[in-house]
Amino acid sequence: MADPSYPDDLKYHPEHDWARVDGDTATFGITWYAQDALGEVVFFDPPDVGAEISKDQPYTEVESVKAVSDVFAPLSGEVTEVNETLADKPETINEDPYGEGWLVKVKLSDPSEVDALMDSAEYQATLD
Amino acid sequence: MCHLQRQWPDPALELASSRVSSTTELRRTPLYGRHAAAGARLVPFAGWEMPVQYGGIREEHIAVRTGAGVFDVSHMGQVETTGPQALAFLQRLLSNDVRRIPEGGAQYSVMCREDGGVIDDLFTYRLADCTFLTVTNAANHEKDLAWLQSHADGFDVDVVDRAADFAMLAVQGPRARDLVRGLSDGALPGRFRVCERTVADAAMLVCGTGYTGEDGVELQLRPDDAPEVWDALLGAGATPVGLGARDTLRLEVCFHLYGNDMDESRNPIEAGLGWCCKEQTGFIGADAVAAARKDGTAEKLVPFAIEGQGIARQGNPVIGGGEVTSGTFSPCLERGIGMAYVSTARAAEGTPIEIDVRGRTRPAVVERKPLYKKGA
Repeated sequence: MADPSYPDDLKYHPEHDWARVDGDTATFGITWYAQDALGEVVFFDPPDVGAEISKDQPYTEVESVKAVSDVFAPLSGEVTEVNETLADKPETINEDPYGEGWLVKVKLSDPSEVDALMDSAEYQATLD
Repeated sequence: MCHLQRQWPDPALELASSRVSSTTELRRTPLYGRHAAAGARLVPFAGWEMPVQYGGIREEHIAVRTGAGVFDVSHMGQVETTGPQALAFLQRLLSNDVRRIPEGGAQYSVMCREDGGVIDDLFTYRLADCTFLTVTNAANHEKDLAWLQSHADGFDVDVVDRAADFAMLAVQGPRARDLVRGLSDGALPGRFRVCERTVADAAMLVCGTGYTGEDGVELQLRPDDAPEVWDALLGAGATPVGLGARDTLRLEVCFHLYGNDMDESRNPIEAGLGWCCKEQTGFIGADAVAAARKDGTAEKLVPFAIEGQGIARQGNPVIGGGEVTSGTFSPCLERGIGMAYVSTARAAEGTPIEIDVRGRTRPAVVERKPLYKKGA
């Protein structure tokens, strides 16, 4: 498993999600802390492409051997792509949570919501 | 994310844990320092602070299926029963035929209420003609001890709490016996046998039992000796394994977990434990068990496997009636597996069932025990 890291170019949600924002689109995933708390991920249940998701609401689930966890949307929008490779290799979420382990890409409905998210230092301060 | 809807330990066990320890500190085994130093994730479990995993549940699970793993199960309790009427007493309290345990033998049984409700499931070792050691589940130890002692009147026996006198290690896997034998002063006991040995310079009881479906032994030893024996086992190549993999290993072979798969509201017949009940011995609850065996029960505990994707968890409803009591991802079968109570009409092997997994219907099939077969 990768060492703890919280890249500076991401925005963070208190439910341990990250967003990589590029104009009015964004990529979402879960943070190193979240994947570590969950343990080895064995199942990712992706939302449908086209699904509308809302900031602060659960939009999918990830499961480890022992636990299931809701994944919360850090921002609102429409799912334009899901990471299909996770169907066969869900452990990628543990191995590379900010890269190959991304979950969905979203067309943002309100890019100004980004202002409510935390930067890396603010997020890390929330972790015990 | 991370509202973990179901994180270890199971809710039922957390309840059990809170009963034991709501006003006290979590207890630690003699190996706490070893676990902490190894970077184990430590969680509250039945009133104890126990390692749930060291590296990862899947790799620990595979280590036990293919090599040798060592578990710290020192949270489990021990009750010693001695005296001229020890046998007669245990025959009354335990469901199995205790007379059939030879000296140096071991036997699985349940302890029942008068109405057949299961108080605990237990392994009992006959250490001498009139000396028996019974291993309790951690969350049930005080309850079991009180039940046993409250029924001892009229028997010439001493029922003694020995939980503080023993640490307990389980060494399990196809390489486990060779590994322990290499540290032992003599041959190891066979399956369901027990003997005294010196292992890694410590005197202990070596028991040919386990909870993984693999061959192996369980060691009952003095708490002070546990850290050095642990180090010796790791030095000989055993992988430390936490309670997370202990749960996935036992569920693959359909061993019951008290508090999940049965409790005082279930009788041994519906729980699939009729094989360890010998009603003719007249144990407490025998009449109720005999009636349940004769008349049948409305529900039965069955193993199941999910067809396709999804992982059912404890508490998920079976559509049409029933409930999942244990559910996890099977590292060996690489699919969701579990046990559930279903109506007896739907308990036959091969019956298709559907499970409501957090609002999504997952098809599953009632399977035969064990779900995981060695070499299959």
